[in-house]
Amino acid sequence: MNAAYKEPDVAALKARAAQLRGTVITMCHAASSAHLGSSLSCLDVLTAAYWHVLNIDPANPTDPDRDRFILSKGHAAMALYATLANRGYFPVEELKTYNQDNGRLAEHPPANLLPGVEAATGSLGHGLPIGIGMAVAGRIQKRSYKVYALLSDGENNEGSVWEAAMFASAQKLDNLCVIVDYNKWQATARSNETLMLAPLADKWRAFGWDAHEIDGHDVGELARKMQALPNGSGKPVALIAHTVKGKGVSFMEDDNNWHYRAPTADEVVKAHKELGLV
Amino acid sequence: MRNAFADELTALGNDDSRLVMLSGDIGNKLFDKFRAAHPERFINCGVAEQNMTGVAAGLAMSGMRPITYTITPFCTTRCLEQIRTDAAYHDVPVTVVSVGAGLAYAGLGPTHHACEDIAFLRAIPNMIVIAPGDAWEVRAALRAVMQQNKPAYIRMGKKGEPVVHKGRLDNFKIGESITIEQGSDVCLLSTGNMLPEVIETAHALKEKGVSAEVVSFHTVKPLDEKRLQDAFSRYKLVATIEEHSLIGGFGSAVAEWIVDSGIAPKKFLRFGTPDAFFKKSGEQEFAREQLELTGHQMAHRILHSLA
Repeated sequence: MNAAYKEPDVAALKARAAQLRGTVITMCHAASSAHLGSSLSCLDVLTAAYWHVLNIDPANPTDPDRDRFILSKGHAAMALYATLANRGYFPVEELKTYNQDNGRLAEHPPANLLPGVEAATGSLGHGLPIGIGMAVAGRIQKRSYKVYALLSDGENNEGSVWEAAMFASAQKLDNLCVIVDYNKWQATARSNETLMLAPLADKWRAFGWDAHEIDGHDVGELARKMQALPNGSGKPVALIAHTVKGKGVSFMEDDNNWHYRAPTADEVVKAHKELGLV
Repeated sequence: MRNAFADELTALGNDDSRLVMLSGDIGNKLFDKFRAAHPERFINCGVAEQNMTGVAAGLAMSGMRPITYTITPFCTTRCLEQIRTDAAYHDVPVTVVSVGAGLAYAGLGPTHHACEDIAFLRAIPNMIVIAPGDAWEVRAALRAVMQQNKPAYIRMGKKGEPVVHKGRLDNFKIGESITIEQGSDVCLLSTGNMLPEVIETAHALKEKGVSAEVVSFHTVKPLDEKRLQDAFSRYKLVATIEEHSLIGGFGSAVAEWIVDSGIAPKKFLRFGTPDAFFKKSGEQEFAREQLELTGHQMAHRILHSLA
């Protein structure tokens, strides 16, 4: 099922990312939910993954040979929902039910409820071990699928991430790729003033991974790096993606108030204008 | 129990290519046969139980049948959230097998005791909780668990415990307790490795003219409600016996059932460990004696209650 290398259509990916940002901002306003900044910072990763890298078929979401993408930073659920709906896993119309009573789109991705959600996340430090289990299963079953796990930088506080990191490198899981959304903020403070993550790429390297620092908003580079798996290093790959929390909207960028704040109707219009959507 | 588990595991692993054994850096020699036969399906996960349990969930989501294994506190309470969120919430067939339940490893101290695990695990939706009474029940429980699709917990004692059953239990069913000895006055419901002790209780009672039914109540969740109904209607005294805290364990589960089912028990006794850590040095037999959980001590308390 491994697709041959293909060059990313950067313009199309950029347009898609802008559209998804607009959708997420609308959802956040409608639901008055938290985690807008966290969702905006990782949307280029999701766009590159779902519109270029992943070998998936939304009509067959449980195909045993599919690539797996786990949003380990489950609080960015809005970004995942907007991505999955626009990719065809469920109707875009259903996004209006986000965080409403009796819906399928809760503030964190649910288990066994919504097509395309590989794992129910929200408690940090769980997605990578689960992804490793999937990667090991692929090896045992002699399948060639790949597993991607998107972690937040704050999530790197969790000890289970480092248990998993040492396990994956000992197992030489070169069908596994971690992307760290390194936006330098966690819920209430600067990441490196909370627990010392820096030097983050060196830490992953020291734990036996083939780690690379990249611009987490460069969809072309993200697509190329994520697609090159296995990359010949014989190791699992860690992409330390430097990002900006609230990316795409000037008055949200790098302002941690948007970890919890939802935009007003006026702010939604302003944001959509900046994204070139109106 | 431990050696029977390893032996049964190897046999099952030969028949079922989905079975993956994950060990928390323990019992490597124990699993030599399994490892030799299926090297790709034996993984020493090191001293990293959170990861081991998450990996098991990922394997189970991908069609495999993983077993996580280490000393009881480390594969239950240490990684409780992974059991709850990764295995049980996703409702995937991860099997947690623990060794040294209760006070089986009394001498190792409270860090290695496990008298709270049933309480925690039975509170989790979708979980099956089994505490086999002897080595044959361990084998049967493992086979039964592998034939269904839910997350499950098998709580084992240690190696070299008395074997109660005479051979393979072909009719073993999850949630269906087993009559060990028939009696007419009192009913002793035993879960887990207390079973040999409970048989002693019955024999001590017999010497005093009290006829005791002995039941291996191996499955704590789901409860064998039919058996409970029968026991509380037929006997003048029913007792639950477990090497686990009186808070939240088997006895608590039965007490909850009594309240919810609206029956009025004639006499109901719960035997278990107190709400305290057992800090003294010494082996399991010593700990049981201190906590009044030997066969004779339990018989004494039952006789006192009947008097």
